[in-house]
Amino acid sequence: MTNDSGILSYGAYLPRRRLQRKSIAAANSWFAPGLRGLAKGERAMANWDEDAVTMAVEAARDCLAGLPSPGVEQLILASTTHPYDDRQNSAIVANAIHLPSSLRVLDVTGSQRAGTSALIGALDGSGRSLLTAAEHRLAKAGSPQEMHFGDGAAALLVGSGKPIARLIGSHSETVDFVHQFRSSERAHDYAWEERWIRDEGYLKIVPAALAALFKATGVAPAAVTQFCLPCTLPRVVPGVAKRAGIAESAVRDNLAAVCGDTGAAHPLLMLAHALAQAKAGDLIAVAAFGQGCDALLFEVTEAIAALPARGGVDAALARRKEESNYLRFLAFNDHIMLERGMRAEADKGTPLTTLFRNRDMITGLIGGRCRNCGTLQYPRGRYCVNPKCNALDSQDDQAFSDTRAKVMSYTGDVLTYSADPPAYYGMIEFDGGGRMMADFTDFDEGKVEVGLPMRMMFRIKEHDAARGFVRYFWKAAPI
Amino acid sequence: MATGIRDKVAILGMGCSKFGERWDRNAEDLMVEAFEECLQDAGVERNQIEAAWFGTAIEEQHVGKSGVPLAMTLRLPYIPVTRVENYCATGTEAFRGAVYAVASGAVDIALALGVEKLKDTGYGGLPQRGRGGLNNMYWANISAPGSFAQLAAAYRAKHRVDPKDLKRAMAHISVKSHDNGSLNPKAHLRNKITEDDVMNAPMIADPLGLYDCCGVSDGSACAIVTTPDIARGLGKKDLVSVKAVQLAVSNGQEVQFGEWDGSYFATTRVAAGRAYKEAGIADPRKRISMFDVHDCFSVTELVTMEDLGISQEGKAIGDVLDGFYDASGKIPCQIDGGLKCFGHPIGASGLRMIYEMYLQLNGRAGERQRPDPVLGMTHNLGGFPSQNVSAITIVGRHGA
Repeated sequence: MTNDSGILSYGAYLPRRRLQRKSIAAANSWFAPGLRGLAKGERAMANWDEDAVTMAVEAARDCLAGLPSPGVEQLILASTTHPYDDRQNSAIVANAIHLPSSLRVLDVTGSQRAGTSALIGALDGSGRSLLTAAEHRLAKAGSPQEMHFGDGAAALLVGSGKPIARLIGSHSETVDFVHQFRSSERAHDYAWEERWIRDEGYLKIVPAALAALFKATGVAPAAVTQFCLPCTLPRVVPGVAKRAGIAESAVRDNLAAVCGDTGAAHPLLMLAHALAQAKAGDLIAVAAFGQGCDALLFEVTEAIAALPARGGVDAALARRKEESNYLRFLAFNDHIMLERGMRAEADKGTPLTTLFRNRDMITGLIGGRCRNCGTLQYPRGRYCVNPKCNALDSQDDQAFSDTRAKVMSYTGDVLTYSADPPAYYGMIEFDGGGRMMADFTDFDEGKVEVGLPMRMMFRIKEHDAARGFVRYFWKAAPI
Repeated sequence: MATGIRDKVAILGMGCSKFGERWDRNAEDLMVEAFEECLQDAGVERNQIEAAWFGTAIEEQHVGKSGVPLAMTLRLPYIPVTRVENYCATGTEAFRGAVYAVASGAVDIALALGVEKLKDTGYGGLPQRGRGGLNNMYWANISAPGSFAQLAAAYRAKHRVDPKDLKRAMAHISVKSHDNGSLNPKAHLRNKITEDDVMNAPMIADPLGLYDCCGVSDGSACAIVTTPDIARGLGKKDLVSVKAVQLAVSNGQEVQFGEWDGSYFATTRVAAGRAYKEAGIADPRKRISMFDVHDCFSVTELVTMEDLGISQEGKAIGDVLDGFYDASGKIPCQIDGGLKCFGHPIGASGLRMIYEMYLQLNGRAGERQRPDPVLGMTHNLGGFPSQNVSAITIVGRHGA
């Protein structure tokens, strides 16, 4: 680790819907009356067309905003909910954000520490890494996890450059303390008693890791200005801080009330949140718990003031729509046997040869710009679409994913199959030219109009349940 | 120099099955029903047919691919049979093939038959079908009503129309078509409806409610065409001849390029212009006696009246509400009930429209008969507003 390396940028993403915890309790307290005590605040809830890959893409885009040449040499996606066990999830993210094929990618998983462990590795290694961490967490209906969990993603660009935060040091403790687990054959976590997790887990393992960190770095714990530790158990984080010697005022809000615990992404989400509010000289400690503990200590630099404005956690929190329909949450997570109708039976197979040939067009939303006449077009044809041009093979790559658009025409369709009817879609026109018939997402029913400004978001286009394949594409969302 | 097909081809006979939910009939039965009527009307034997065009679009629902199902079903004598598909304009495409075969002099007598058996899916609306591996990956997950509903959004924005006014005009279109369809024994839907019925119907794709959408039906229609001389030789008088058949097909400009605004059919404007030229019609609003247009949805009919050059751009709402297109109006539109009441068995619809023009021109339209029609025009549209096939046919009294 040199003086000119560390965290260069950060980004965050939260799904727009926020499930009200009182709605979860209202539906389930007949069976689990204890949930009433947790029925405060709201949790981020992935839309039906979001998963760890799509959320990682959005966090990565936020992280790279305003950085014209981020120079990413490695892309990492940390998650315990990767949609694919065997297909490099981070490669999908790389294609979506137009990283070159000369790139190292890595999917990191297996623990709530996946995000922090990947961060330590990225900071340790050579070259620039874009670290994304994302979770779409599943929990059984009526479980405390359903209350505590949230869906979301964070991204950090790390490596050499002008760091906004330098790593002072890190320490990892690895202890096979199984407070919860999920085997590869199960969809949901199995958790042990919270009092044991608190007393023997968090309150013993995390302070030990922090003590080792402070000893190794020679930094006094009391000097820490921000302390990020995800934990959904009550009173644990102040207890850890106290044992570690960190001032209570440094303990950061864990976003439980407004977002929920986003698993492997959460320590990085809290770090991104801290960075957005940090000033030069701040000392940020980040810890993550899970079969041990990762602890990292950062010093914020003067460069933080020069980082181009980005959305970060605050913008992600502000982009919000209250959801009180618990059944919709269950349906989005495939937890109820919903009658989806015959139109849902259509074969959603993906010819992989076709997808590969057209991966830039589909995964990257890349069309063309005609060298001859300048016309932007999507998709790119062999002949330019401008009738006054029609030149052959005259187009250079033109990515539309970061181009704003406006609605030209639209409808809300209750006939076509949608996991969240009515399906809204329509013709959009990109600023500067180019248009497409796009599915809309994250819209408010009845609030779509001709002329409405839109931006493109990377989403699930189809779930092919027959083969277990997820196909991604871009959709237009109101800005 | 091409001279077009005006008056080069005469309709010798036509047939049309009863349209509807024909639960007890296969596609083959419907084909025979239309063909038997057509043969009798034409006064020829099947062995006199020298070539055939067979239109069907969603063949996987019923007869399967190729010209074989037509030849097998009608026991055609080893003649060339060409199966055509061109979205929902398939019926007119079949007609065009037969007409061109006769006009070219290649054959004396040709058959066009279209059929669709849609009601074997188990659900309402058009059957879902694939759009191709790549298209499925990027096109919005649209339905037919959803693609046409967007016309309304773009039309409202362009012409600054109050949504209620547009919806009221759309309602009038459906009410008028049901009035007409109620008089047609071959129509699927024969009930009369009110504007309030339309306005209050369940939403399908905003702003199209249930009664803004055409029915979904089984049906078949066919035509036998020949030269005017041969028709006269077979004893036909008061010939109905083909004045024009024109097609325009989207090339991507609407969906990819910057000029089209989503509120009209660029193809229809082109095809109509060519058809009027081919038919020698300078002022269609004065000369066309009646229309059957592709009213798959009420809003489609509304904007089509502008695209055909009958209503001025942005003024169709006024013409519609003034009753200009009613049965009692200046130029009746959908005098047979249209797609609205016939439903839209895709391969058959274009031929069904021509069938009504043919009946009217022969004075055989029963209660629906217009006084003394001279020229009838059909408009048969396939696809979506942003990329489509627009087919126009003008038929009329021979020599008119």
